[in-house]
Amino acid sequence: MTALLTVENVTKRFGGVHALEAVSLTVQAGEIYGLIGPNGAGKTTLFNCMTGLYTVSAGEIRLEGHPLHNRKPHQIVARGFARTFQNIRLFANMTALENVMVGRHVRSGAGVLGAVLRGAGTRAEEAAIRERAQQLMAFVGLGRKGRALASHLAYGDQRRLEIARALATEPRLLALDEPVAGMNPTERRQMGELFQRLRDAGVTLLLIEHDVKLVMGLCDRVAVLDYGRKIAEGGALQVQQDPAVIAAYLGAA
Amino acid sequence: MIMGFFRKHPQIAFVLLAALLLALPFLVGAGLGKSWVRVLDFVLLYVILALGLNIVVGYAGLLDLGFVAFYALGAYVYAWLASPHFGLHLPFWAVLPLGAALAGVFGVLLGTPTLRLRGDYLAIVTLGFGEIIRIFMNNLNAPVNITNGPQGINLIDPVAFGGFAFAGTHTLLGLKVSAAHLYYYLFLAFTLATIFVAMRLQDSRIGRAWAAIREDEVAAAAMGINTRNVKLLAFAMGATFGGLAGGLFASFQGFISPESFNLLESIMILCMIVLGGMGHIPGVILGAVLLTVLPEALRHIGDIQRAWLGQVVVDPADLRMLLFGAALVLMMLYRPEGLIPSRQRKREFHAEDSVAEQEQASLYDARG
Ligand SMILES: Nc1ncnc2c1ncn2[C@@H]1O[C@H](COP(=O)(O)OP(=O)(O)O)[C@@H](O)[C@H]1O
Ligand SMILES: [Mg+2]
Repeated sequence: MTALLTVENVTKRFGGVHALEAVSLTVQAGEIYGLIGPNGAGKTTLFNCMTGLYTVSAGEIRLEGHPLHNRKPHQIVARGFARTFQNIRLFANMTALENVMVGRHVRSGAGVLGAVLRGAGTRAEEAAIRERAQQLMAFVGLGRKGRALASHLAYGDQRRLEIARALATEPRLLALDEPVAGMNPTERRQMGELFQRLRDAGVTLLLIEHDVKLVMGLCDRVAVLDYGRKIAEGGALQVQQDPAVIAAYLGAA
Repeated sequence: MIMGFFRKHPQIAFVLLAALLLALPFLVGAGLGKSWVRVLDFVLLYVILALGLNIVVGYAGLLDLGFVAFYALGAYVYAWLASPHFGLHLPFWAVLPLGAALAGVFGVLLGTPTLRLRGDYLAIVTLGFGEIIRIFMNNLNAPVNITNGPQGINLIDPVAFGGFAFAGTHTLLGLKVSAAHLYYYLFLAFTLATIFVAMRLQDSRIGRAWAAIREDEVAAAAMGINTRNVKLLAFAMGATFGGLAGGLFASFQGFISPESFNLLESIMILCMIVLGGMGHIPGVILGAVLLTVLPEALRHIGDIQRAWLGQVVVDPADLRMLLFGAALVLMMLYRPEGLIPSRQRKREFHAEDSVAEQEQASLYDARG
């Protein structure tokens, strides 16, 4: 296996708050990598640093050797790294299908002239965008909900739609921020199956999950953050028995 | 019933609409008087302006209160290149695109420093830009006289095709045709082109990117949209239409001065969009028509008062602003989404309908 994503000594401070303190980790191509830790540990902050929403205070992030730190979000997406949000951020007043079509923006090219003249090339591109978006909606299990407004979808469907939208950018690495938060056990199992199918389709997954038990069946490897530091990394079972992890979770509970 | 018939026979509706649009200046001229043909021309001009601003405000969600600056630029470019002011008399087909393009460039220039701003802050900064351009126009008469200051520029060339100038009265096919009539057809052509471009843009990859930014800029960036470029594109496109309208205005009016391009004008254009239905082309057109025609109609309140009461009790100008204010307040209370909103905006403003909408959507699913 080869390293897809490398994070080296990433530090992020907000004023006096050290949200991340020299965090390093490596995600291998093809795996499902879990990132766990109590609330406020810095998981979302790390995602934001990786996807260009925050600039890092120090350290480096690379995707297949290409530096990502302090690049613009759209450049990072173009490299093949997409994400979802902990607090769902869909385009609420667009239809579900349009949301996914927006994800195709970075893989298509029609400009103003193309839009106005709408020649054969533009029409073909639009048709391809629509078709791909429909395929992805079907892939995540929303095949018949394309016409619904994003904000009108049920909570679980909104989470799926966010995944479809991110997939539309053709990521090799997909980062999911607490994708099963607030779901019941059945929904969680179904989402787990979706993650497996994604992995089978060749997408590497980076998964934030608050709940340790859930991560265990799914992730190949897990890193644990606590107060902005990585306190453990390894196979799921091994991490679960780590005294530092147990202490962090008991301390948090 | 009538609508149903037209929906079934769109060709008939199209032919009737085309005939109406072509005959309109003559109908209006005969029915209401010649001055109303000029009002008609202004209606078309404001439709172009409102559709241009709608790209920025309605599509991309960027509240721009300085739009009139681009209108002014287009007008001044026309005046500089086709009037005795500099002794240049370039033809309109060369000047109009230049003015529109320069306005587009200024759209990018003025847009760039505002990229990080949103909502209220963006509104205030763009408002400042609008005023700056006006103040420049007011003061650039010394040491070199570029704009002729508050006096403005006079004797601007009318539009002319070869030797056929849009001035005075012509007799065509036995009809007496005034300049206002001719400008009507010219403006109509530009208005239709603007509507076409606005429709195509909305329903495109770029239009979706604008909508995404309007909905959630952070998410749009995280989905791979270069938010800087796409926002600047919105500013540039809107400004281009503003500049185009400015050039048309200058040639039509024959005279321009900074006074025509004040803040109230920007607010008026914005009101057209809000009143009609932001982001929705038919709504924006209706807003532009209403807010151009109604103030003109209210001018006649003075005559009516004189006829009925023997004197003018309420100044029509005051009444206009009063009614205008009242209309806006009523709108915000009872129809904040505008008169003809897009389906999406209607939903935005009536969230309590969402359950019914959802059921509707699932019915579609069952059929689809
Ligand atoms: N934009 C921000 N400004 C200030 N502090 C922030 C910001 N984002 C996150 N933080 C702080 O960073 C720490 C980590 O937060 P976060 O990454 O959201 O944790 P997690 O996702 O693991 O629950 C918290 O103390 C939080 O308050
Ligand atoms: Mg978080």
